[in-house]
Amino acid sequence: MSILVIVEHDNGAVNVATLNTVAAAQAIGGDIDALVSGHNCSKAAEAAAAIAGISKVIVSDAAENANGLAENIAPLIAGMAHNYSHILAPATTYGKNILPRVAALSDTAQISDIIAVIDKDTFQRPIYAGNALATVRSSDALKIITVRSTAFEAVADTGGKATIEQIDAAGDAGLSSFEKSELSKSERPDLTSAGIVVSGGRGMQDGSNFGMLDKIADKLGAAVGASRAAVDAGFVPNDYQVGQTGKVVAPDLYMAVGISGAIQHLAGMKDSKVIVAINKDDEAPIFQVADYGLVADLFDAVPELDSELG
Amino acid sequence: MKILVPVKRVIDYNVKVRVKPDQSGVELANVKMAMNPFDEIAVEQALRIKEAGRADEIVLVSVGPSQSQETIRTGLAMGADRGIHIEADQDIEPLAVAKLLKAVVKKEGPGLVICGKQAIDDDSNQTGQMLSALLGWAQATFASGVELGSEKAKIIREVDGGLEHIEVVLPAVITVDLRLNEPRYASLPNIMKAKKKPIDSLSADELGVDTTPRLKVVKVEEPAARSAGIKVGSVAELVDKLKNEAKVI
Repeated sequence: MSILVIVEHDNGAVNVATLNTVAAAQAIGGDIDALVSGHNCSKAAEAAAAIAGISKVIVSDAAENANGLAENIAPLIAGMAHNYSHILAPATTYGKNILPRVAALSDTAQISDIIAVIDKDTFQRPIYAGNALATVRSSDALKIITVRSTAFEAVADTGGKATIEQIDAAGDAGLSSFEKSELSKSERPDLTSAGIVVSGGRGMQDGSNFGMLDKIADKLGAAVGASRAAVDAGFVPNDYQVGQTGKVVAPDLYMAVGISGAIQHLAGMKDSKVIVAINKDDEAPIFQVADYGLVADLFDAVPELDSELG
Repeated sequence: MKILVPVKRVIDYNVKVRVKPDQSGVELANVKMAMNPFDEIAVEQALRIKEAGRADEIVLVSVGPSQSQETIRTGLAMGADRGIHIEADQDIEPLAVAKLLKAVVKKEGPGLVICGKQAIDDDSNQTGQMLSALLGWAQATFASGVELGSEKAKIIREVDGGLEHIEVVLPAVITVDLRLNEPRYASLPNIMKAKKKPIDSLSADELGVDTTPRLKVVKVEEPAARSAGIKVGSVAELVDKLKNEAKVI
């Protein structure tokens, strides 16, 4: 068996989700190659070659590969597919964008967002935002898979001695062009990759009260999220939303403040390692999933928490 | 220009999903169903494009059991013009759905396909990208901003670290994210009007598409249940537990 891992990178550094994806490839077993498609991406290629467990890094360096446009990169990957039994990419927006296009070009079903490898053909993946887990077996000769990074322990990004080989790009499909990216300038980590998330719900009463959570988040190095109810009430923008129709998070610590715990919210955070709930209603469903519950008025508890954290 | 919007009937997002005791899937009988929330956003975007005078017809397509027609009616009540229902009793995988949609695109000739970025039942996040690949079109996934030009569209995409601006050649497949818009509610007169709007029925055979599944669902199970922990009496106790017991701060 030979596995191709699609490396996510910014032409310089390798995105850490790639390391989790390599771990999933190791769980399948076999030789692991890595594809770095980009432009002026020799640094990323060297970083990929240092990842533990990779035998060969294949580099496709061309202007049209610079920004990860699926229309240009998917044909490249599909053209390499005959050499591999499995193609894996991280289930990030990068991998989710490109891999289904590869799957369609290869006439192969994709298995999205796997959380466990059962055997070389069989994988477990969450459905209904993690409210059920499906075990699926593929009958395709090629398996095309995206990997949920939180489910696999990252491999080391040092110690590897992969060879580096260059291949031609597939050319510019002429269908799309990259203009610019606006990456969040926030000092806070991204909601989906943060180790700690502090979220507010309808109980926050007003958007300006989220300032209290910002202060806590800054002290903890946490991201700030919200329930759908808080988003629907206009307290915070939609990109704060944690839940079935928002972002699915699994941090080490999730603090739910003034969140009742609607099913759709629980679906987005219940895989967090430790859950804290602060709510004045001791009957709130959030307490049924919380490791530590505090029945209190958040307007007393949050400022107190702020001063306790120093 | 015609806009095609695929819509899927799924369990309503507010319903607690239950796994069947025989682990063959989740319980769908007597469960409230609704249009996939991301598809509602897609329908809304198509309506706004039409209202801005940039499209003259919005066609909804749904692949699924006969009740999928109700989902199409929901979109027609929002303001779409007509529907196409492709009957399917078993679960159809995203690749097969993309092939069916490609056949519909060849028949209807839309200038744009707008889909939800994923359905909240199987959470695959594949169909739009696959359709785009099969058509050889551009794809604009996870869109939170859409600005149509005459030959191209400017798209703002939601990516993990923030936003990305791209330009795609039309025709294209756009998959929409949550922030793009807020879908409207159907008014009573529009619900009444929707009952008279046409829905055509087609089959996978008529469209010449093999929908045989490639994946076998071995089992579907409940995730390990989370049990309630303890109630703490004060903020100080909470901080102490987080520091010394859970060791997460």
